[in-house]
Amino acid sequence: MTTTQTSVVHDLGTLAHRLSHPARTPCVCEPPQVLADRPDGTVVRSGAIVAKAHAADTDREALAARIALAAAPQLAGILLPPLPAPAPAAPTARPVTLWPLGAPVDPTDPGAAPWAEAADLLARLHRTKPPFPLPPMRGPAKAARAVARMRAALRADATAVSCGTRDAATLPGDATAPPRDPAGLSVLAGWRALPAWARGEVPAPVRRGSSLCHGDLHLGQLVRHPAPDGPWLLIDMDDAGVGEPAWDLGRPAAWYAAGLLAPEDWSTFLDAYRSAGGPAVPADGDPWPALDVPARALTVQTAAVALAKCAAEQRDPDEHEQLMIESCARIATLPPELATGPAS
Amino acid sequence: MMQCPKCHAQMNTYNRNGVQIEQCNGCRGIFLDYGELESLTRLESQWAQQAPPAPPAPQQAYPAAPPAAHAPAWGAPQHGGHGGHYGHHRQKGFGRMLFSS
Repeated sequence: MTTTQTSVVHDLGTLAHRLSHPARTPCVCEPPQVLADRPDGTVVRSGAIVAKAHAADTDREALAARIALAAAPQLAGILLPPLPAPAPAAPTARPVTLWPLGAPVDPTDPGAAPWAEAADLLARLHRTKPPFPLPPMRGPAKAARAVARMRAALRADATAVSCGTRDAATLPGDATAPPRDPAGLSVLAGWRALPAWARGEVPAPVRRGSSLCHGDLHLGQLVRHPAPDGPWLLIDMDDAGVGEPAWDLGRPAAWYAAGLLAPEDWSTFLDAYRSAGGPAVPADGDPWPALDVPARALTVQTAAVALAKCAAEQRDPDEHEQLMIESCARIATLPPELATGPAS
Repeated sequence: MMQCPKCHAQMNTYNRNGVQIEQCNGCRGIFLDYGELESLTRLESQWAQQAPPAPPAPQQAYPAAPPAAHAPAWGAPQHGGHGGHYGHHRQKGFGRMLFSS
């Protein structure tokens, strides 16, 4: 895996560099910079060009539609448009796309986070009629994958522990056996209380499935283009598609509910979304009947990813991860008739 | 999803100051679980103490949360409006979580 990943990084760097300036001009470029390197997304930058290798199991037809969406004139000013990709010399193991460099959100300056701009972009995205047929937004599928990853990681963890203690009762023979870890049990209880569409098991009901959605909003999905002072735009279309628009508000809502996002930041975000006519929540009054299911799903997803990482890295949850796990525990103790709630 | 004990229509759940209230979509009747009326009464008196010159609100069948207090029933306890530790988190920065899937 390491060798493959390294060669992907090298190939992306070479590709981005080749396109960043004409071949015959003298090269004073810095070495390519790795912005992300995961199996589901490796991103390398050279100069003003960013090259991304998508997941190996990407549905290439669906990805092509999503990239075409980012290039569509209807989405200008909302989504970062791709650069034309040269045809690969040979079929690649992972599909590759090219993008102009943008300036990301500064992780060291929470006060400058573009909450209002993010909400305005989402509202405009949600209000745009799909210009051509698109696959479903992949939010619920990602949540399901996060829970599966947590189950696998906690099983592996239990194996490691049980091998050390010679406790045969903890040996994980059954792949569906629940984790013994109380945090893992809370996450699974929260997961089970969600409606089937939010677990990615059935398509979203039509009334919930009609908007263009980003599908994976977080602060890493915003850049200013042109860097450094251009307008904010949304990036990363890998999970975009048609679906429940409240899903895109679900992560900030989950952070707010967990106590991670300050009430004033949440108000800024929600007010801007409403001011821009976003359809995911009613124009006034309590937004939570509309937000409850996506926010619970993203709480579960975030806590599941955190527990999977903690198990893999043999460490305890950090302060922020702990807040999301505690949120799951509160969700898990809701009576079932309330947990299925009005928004299901 | 609860059914209304009076007219058997579906009931929706609402959150008022952290208290879950079921309201019927048909007859608009309200169902409170054990202890919830006491919770609401307590919250009402706290609310009245915080804002003594509150004008009468004849449209409200029960005390409504101030707009900033909308939060889910499973929200962190600090959503009661007593400050909490947000400032602490904000000063410390976001953490990686707000930047990853």
